[in-house]
Amino acid sequence: MELLKKTNIDFIGMRKFSFLASGLMAIIGLIGIIAIARGTANMGIDFSGGTEMQIKFAQAATTQSIRDALVKAGVKEVELQEITGGNQVLVKMHKSTGKSADQVADALKAGIPGNTFTVESSTEIGPSIGEKLKQDTLVAVALSMLGIILYIAWRFDFKFGVGAVVATMHDVLAMIAVFYVMHREVNILFITAVLTIAGYSLTDTVVVFDRIRENMHKSLKDPMITIFNKSINETLSRTIITSVTTFLAAVSLFLFGGEVIHDFAFALVVGVVVATYSSIFVASPIVALWEKHAVETKAEAV
Amino acid sequence: MKGYTWRISLILIFIIASCVYLTPTLVDTLPKWWSGLLPKDKIHLGLDLQGGTHLVMEVETQKAVEGSLDLIATDLEDSLTAQNLRFKKIGRLGGDKVQLTLYDRGSADKVQALIKKKYPDLEALPVFDEGGFVNMQLRINEKEAQVRKDRAVAQALETIRNRIDQFGVSEPVIQREGLNNIVVQLPGIKDPKRAIELIGKTARLEFKLVDETVNAATATAGSLPEDDELLFEKRTDPQTGAVSETPLVVKKKAIITGELLTDAQIRIDSQYNQPYVAIEFNSTGARLFDQVTAANVGKRFAIVLDSNIYSAPVIRERISGGSAQISGSFTEKEAADLAIVLRAGSLPAPVKILQNVTVGPSLGRDSIHKGLMAGLIGVLLVVSFMAMYYKLSGMVANLGMVLNILFLMGALSALGATLTLPGIAAIVLLVGMSVDSNVLIFERIREELRLGKTPHAALDAGYDKAFLTIMDSHVTALITAAVLFQFGTGPVKGFAVSLSLGIIINLFTSLVATKVLFDAFLDRVHVKRLSV
Repeated sequence: MELLKKTNIDFIGMRKFSFLASGLMAIIGLIGIIAIARGTANMGIDFSGGTEMQIKFAQAATTQSIRDALVKAGVKEVELQEITGGNQVLVKMHKSTGKSADQVADALKAGIPGNTFTVESSTEIGPSIGEKLKQDTLVAVALSMLGIILYIAWRFDFKFGVGAVVATMHDVLAMIAVFYVMHREVNILFITAVLTIAGYSLTDTVVVFDRIRENMHKSLKDPMITIFNKSINETLSRTIITSVTTFLAAVSLFLFGGEVIHDFAFALVVGVVVATYSSIFVASPIVALWEKHAVETKAEAV
Repeated sequence: MKGYTWRISLILIFIIASCVYLTPTLVDTLPKWWSGLLPKDKIHLGLDLQGGTHLVMEVETQKAVEGSLDLIATDLEDSLTAQNLRFKKIGRLGGDKVQLTLYDRGSADKVQALIKKKYPDLEALPVFDEGGFVNMQLRINEKEAQVRKDRAVAQALETIRNRIDQFGVSEPVIQREGLNNIVVQLPGIKDPKRAIELIGKTARLEFKLVDETVNAATATAGSLPEDDELLFEKRTDPQTGAVSETPLVVKKKAIITGELLTDAQIRIDSQYNQPYVAIEFNSTGARLFDQVTAANVGKRFAIVLDSNIYSAPVIRERISGGSAQISGSFTEKEAADLAIVLRAGSLPAPVKILQNVTVGPSLGRDSIHKGLMAGLIGVLLVVSFMAMYYKLSGMVANLGMVLNILFLMGALSALGATLTLPGIAAIVLLVGMSVDSNVLIFERIREELRLGKTPHAALDAGYDKAFLTIMDSHVTALITAAVLFQFGTGPVKGFAVSLSLGIIINLFTSLVATKVLFDAFLDRVHVKRLSV
């Protein structure tokens, strides 16, 4: 079976449209990062500190009745989220309103009598851990980016290294943009998903770059843009097939993996799509334009 | 490359090794002959999969330094009194100094000589006069303070380990993290609240004399004599559960402390059917206890644990022999826990809980179930897609993927790594990514076949040309996985372990394992068309 016959699509030529779309994504992503830095985004308690509980009731309990019970006990700022299936609810409180899991359990016992519940999981995180985690995360992202630039610069060329990092950054920003717009929670698992996709996106990009390098050695006379386009087309079916298999795995996690990793799996699904797009429409065009520009200025100098 | 015997042997060895390491996990009861060097450990499940409690605690090490300065101050008081050197006041000043206030320069010189001999590690600041008194200050330097802080954390770790051992948790993880933090993992624990209370209790036991000259009911912190303090005795009514607090004024200086204990056991009072804790002192403690009780018959003696009074009985007679009891209004569980913390010793400094994650067992079971389900569905989807798209070659890639999963599980088991829910997610994701190398190779083979090469030549060329690309893509993926491993904790670390192991194993299966299958097949069967 063959999904794609030999293609000949002018990917670099589509850059006006793709750069516009990517630029927009990146800007939303940057706004999201600012919101994260200022703490106005939907931050998970692993970063902000606070208490989170997953509670399973014996009979259905409305979020209103839970809220009333908590307000009566002095817990006002609380986020409640129903979990589909099985009378479960997620209770989230930030550090400013910080009540411990025990206090919440006591409040519910007193406020909703006759409906027994079990605490499926509870997480309490002090603010200092969140601060340390934020710092560690920044260091981790910076380190991996640096490592990648160095490796690709060594294997290919500095320009390719920058292209790969720009494409990867693009994917990171796009994932943040999607989470920010959809108001999904930014927590440590999300960051893990982002770094995983960064690795995946690079794999995609490196495969295309490898082909470009090979073709550049083969035909020195062809213009850069032709070589780049040809290389992307040649690797296109591989890019799509791998994306399909990874996408299938990520989707099965998203659909069947359960509540705990639901957002994590969602981030992976988004990431696979974005990473596939960026390896075709972002990484190579940037390097191609840079190379072209370099060649032209060299020609002018002569 | 004709010689594929060694490659096949290597693959077989890996398969057997993986199966051996996985046997304890898959088989409920190991057969009798399974002994000696054969592995017996099941794959470790993270707390998110089996339920339990994960705690990160910070040892407040500054308090340990202050505590040791307090000890020095008390010790100096005693030595100066013993040598008939008069002083106005000795006490800790701030977080790093002890200040002595003396009456005249003459005794200051003697005191200085004494200090130099007793505490050579302390730095003596220049003596200065103030309000007609002579002030001397001793400072503990940065380095010495750091040594004490470090020792406090190490000692806290040991104490917590003792307590958990006595509490009875199977396979606890207790380790130091960073400078001041201690991580405790208690898998499958049923009563996390009780365990946390037990671990977090400083358990500083002190016996202090009650100062009956001050009226406790009207006393405030400001109006107390300098060497007294106001503490409360808490009593819980067993019927109503109401807590009552009785204030008591006691001497600041403890006469006997918990360090002098050798044993603590829970006993039941046969008369009132009340639990109490029987304690035994060592010889120094026994002698002190004997002296103090002899000198204070008729007075009250407060038993103070972490600044709470447990009971304050009247000393009826001299108590020799070195045993005593702590009674109070506790339940049997509380008395048992009190005995544990007294036996295990006190923490050198209070601990603060920074992070407390508790997962119930049913949620853990649910997570495993869903994770495995998602994995199975993911594998089936990828397998059918590959079989459809690449036909027979796709099946070879699928075989490689299955080997991948088997090796990865075997490696996780052999390394004693912990499988977490994100770890399962990493494995599922790897299923999708692991066929990538084969896709790269197959696409190359197709290109070569289009150029009109023979199947064998196309195969070799495909593997050759894809080799560098595969290496590059794996190394870059490994860089991010390594960074995740380095900075991650808990589930994230589990994810990173699965991911990086998977990447390395994939390199082997895609470059060696699937290739040998093709080679063997093409050598035996003379094919005209490669099914790609």
